Amino acid sequence: MAEVRLRKIVKRYDEVEAVRGIDLDIADHEFVVLVGPSGCGKSTTLRMIAGLEDITGGEILIGGDVVNDVPPKDRDIAMVFQNYALYPHMTVYQNMSFGLRLKRYPKAEIKKRVDEAARILDIKELLERKPKQLSGGQRQRVAMGRAIVRNPKVFLFDEPLSNLDAKLRVQMRTEIKKVHQQVRTTTIYVTHDQVEAMTLADRVVVMNNGNIEQVGTPHQLYHDPRTRFVAGFIGSPAMNFIPCRMEQSGADLAVRLTDALTLPVPPARADRYRGHVQNGKLLLGLRPEHITEAGQHLDPGEVPFEAKLEVTEPMGMETLVYFPINGTQVCGRVNPNAGARDGGSLRLAANLNNMHLIDAASGQVI
Amino acid sequence: MATADATIAARPASRPRYGSMSRDRRWALRWSYFFLVLFAIFFLMPPIYMLITSLKTSAEISAETNPWWVYHPTLANYVELLTSPSYLTYFRNSAIVSVFVVTLTMLISVPAAFALSRMKFWGSATLATGIFLTYLIPETLLFLPLFKMFATFNEWTGIQLINKWWVLLFLYPTLTVPFATWIMIGYFSSIPKELDEAALIDGATWSQTLTKIFIPVALPGLIAATIFTFTVSWAQFLYPLAFTTSADQLVLPVGIITSLIKGDVFNWGQIMTGALLGAAPPLIIYAFLMDYYIAGLTAGATKG
Amino acid sequence: MVEAVIQGGEIAVPARRRSGLRRTMQRKSTIAFFMTLPLILLIALLVLYPALYSLHLATLNKSMERFVGLNNFLFLFKRETFWMVVKQSCIFAITAVIFKAIIGFIVAHFVHNIPAKGQRKWRGMLLVPWVIPPAMSTLAWLWLFDPSYSAFNWILAHFGVGPVPWTGDAYWARFSVILVNIWIGAPFFMIMYLASLKSVPEQLYEAAAIDGANWWQRIWYVTLPMMRNIIAITALFSLIVTFANFDIVRILTAGGPIDKTHVFATWAFWLGIQGGDIPLGASVSLFMVPILAIAAIFILRDITKRGNEA
Repeated sequence: MAEVRLRKIVKRYDEVEAVRGIDLDIADHEFVVLVGPSGCGKSTTLRMIAGLEDITGGEILIGGDVVNDVPPKDRDIAMVFQNYALYPHMTVYQNMSFGLRLKRYPKAEIKKRVDEAARILDIKELLERKPKQLSGGQRQRVAMGRAIVRNPKVFLFDEPLSNLDAKLRVQMRTEIKKVHQQVRTTTIYVTHDQVEAMTLADRVVVMNNGNIEQVGTPHQLYHDPRTRFVAGFIGSPAMNFIPCRMEQSGADLAVRLTDALTLPVPPARADRYRGHVQNGKLLLGLRPEHITEAGQHLDPGEVPFEAKLEVTEPMGMETLVYFPINGTQVCGRVNPNAGARDGGSLRLAANLNNMHLIDAASGQVI
Repeated sequence: MATADATIAARPASRPRYGSMSRDRRWALRWSYFFLVLFAIFFLMPPIYMLITSLKTSAEISAETNPWWVYHPTLANYVELLTSPSYLTYFRNSAIVSVFVVTLTMLISVPAAFALSRMKFWGSATLATGIFLTYLIPETLLFLPLFKMFATFNEWTGIQLINKWWVLLFLYPTLTVPFATWIMIGYFSSIPKELDEAALIDGATWSQTLTKIFIPVALPGLIAATIFTFTVSWAQFLYPLAFTTSADQLVLPVGIITSLIKGDVFNWGQIMTGALLGAAPPLIIYAFLMDYYIAGLTAGATKG
Repeated sequence: MVEAVIQGGEIAVPARRRSGLRRTMQRKSTIAFFMTLPLILLIALLVLYPALYSLHLATLNKSMERFVGLNNFLFLFKRETFWMVVKQSCIFAITAVIFKAIIGFIVAHFVHNIPAKGQRKWRGMLLVPWVIPPAMSTLAWLWLFDPSYSAFNWILAHFGVGPVPWTGDAYWARFSVILVNIWIGAPFFMIMYLASLKSVPEQLYEAAAIDGANWWQRIWYVTLPMMRNIIAITALFSLIVTFANFDIVRILTAGGPIDKTHVFATWAFWLGIQGGDIPLGASVSLFMVPILAIAAIFILRDITKRGNEA
């Protein structure tokens, strides 16, 4: 069994706490992504799991055994580094077989494993080449091959795609997913790119400042964020946060954004927010895709309004429009043919069925 | 604008060549070559003169003819020296000592450099600086106390250390090891840290990481350090002069000076031949491995 | 699942699953320690100890039986030769290093200016003086300076200039020693400066050119500041090596004429080994230390100060 458990893991460097006590359970065969901005502690956590950093407090269990004091090579893990870390003087075959050769596996067994990994990763023709003769994507695949060959309990990925150009990144993302489908090893993957997190993970762990903000499936995190940080981190372009007040007239709730603009809260959500009308510090969270051009026909929950566009960004399949509300810059996604122009004005509709209300003081989503 | 062109032209550096060079740049280049030739003459003239003299007979040397030209070239000097048992002894001693010192130095320096650059342990930074600082203690300070130490050692144990060529095997490393370590530290430091970690996760012990990963990857540095150690050992003059006196114990630099200069009579033809042959091994190594040599020297220069 | 693992070359310790991480750290320290031990022993026994021992030796009398305190030093201070040696050593070192640095800098620039393909050849040729064992090349210079057969004098005679007593006259002898020193050492400076020159980003020069700087201003405002550290370190190394130099003076002039070219090293050798008075020789050698230390402190302080600025 290759589940990984983190219990109250703390990492302190002198006075600074990089990781402030996190708990996490990762099931066997699961693909978990640790995501967050630089300095949030995700790489540190990964390195503690690998054994490359000492654990200041707490316990890490791999496959049921506490591994706090176990050196990396005995933890039965394999790691793929951001800079691939391929041994430059060895061929691809030697790179992939290095770990096995150190453990004195029989030659035939080594060959079998390397060939199998090479087949999965489609690098069979590269086996006799040296790293400097390979492209970035190929090197990354060799690094993965080196990990696969060891047949470990856990794969650890440390921002493996950060060094690749955008196009290659997209390609390699799919490769990694395909490999996981074939090899099914428990994987812990660290990245700062939320797109990678969303596309690859079974579950995503959003970290910030040494703490876990939220753990959930990509869907949960996208549609049901629990903190402002998660809401703003996941999804691109980011969610809009507009300061607002809650108004109540009778049984109906409305969100007042400016003197001119009030948006009625759909009844389905009203119950949740009823208790927060007094709160002076509220933010309306609305994703750009829920602000589109107002069509002829409005669905229930869609509220039209006029917007003075500052900037438009034609993306081809859609156009992003930026306009101010109450001093905040708001982003919306409209049809490329909707007639959006810099400095022009457009009738938009906000779909509040997917709204979020955030308490600005605590950062919690209500 | 013309002045701006001229001043930019004065340093074309490693600029790509555009079609035809402007007149100014061509002139700058001509001046560069002119001065380079002058300096080359200055730097190469003595060794060339050594060669010229080595091909002359004694008669021609003392004649009034142009000393910069050989009128009756002869290989007699070479033949005499290469068949002289004493000269060959010096050569052999130098060779043996240098080879041993190189081996010893690398055996000491490489693990030390690895430990100091990679395995951060208590005091490693201080130690690394300390090695750098030992160069502040020149051999010309140490040779006298060492002399006395060896003499005292002889009194205590009866083992004669003075006037034995193998004593140099202890002394030369004090000069070569710090520099070799410093070079290797530089090369090892430039290896990305992930490589150690990958090796660690792959299951390598520290010494396996050193032998299977670091040494192959830092091979140019090793070659550079080896070349330097050899050159320094071969060229040593003070220590052998102080510590070896009888003819069969001498190494080349000392041997040439002491034996070829008898009293007031200088057999210059032979001296120059001897000196040239003595300079040959480092020069030959340099000719073949020049790039490693220079790379090793300048490894620290770009980091400042 | 318990694997016995051999750690390091010299220690065999079985690794147990439950061994403390502290234990592993200790093992790393122990291995590292053993790896550096030969180096430490070598330096301690054959560099540090003799250096300290020489302090002790300097306080003994000639036969090394009696403690005479600072008498050796007092004796030296009273001797005119000693002060000549101090003066000569300092002048040689400073003059030689300055010229080596200047020549090295100039030549480096010229080499840097020519197309890259040719640079390798020129670099190769120009480094030769540094590769040849100094003892050998000094012999060549000795021959070039020979009182009767000097090849230089032969050329000068064609211009009607009288024969120059390169090693016979005190002032010429000093000049000759410095000249040989420069000849041997300038290539080293050239190589280091060349490498450093290459690392100065081209864009800085372009920006300076646009700002209107001429070639001299570019050197002063762009090149030199970027190369400060390397200039300082090379100068320090060279100062020490030149100051403590033995081979050149010994072979070229043996300290003469009339002790006018003696430096610390050769005079210490003369007194200590040839004169048999080791304590006195040690005292002379020791005198180098304070001077070297002062130079080192100044230059190192300059480097760290700039390091902090950067």
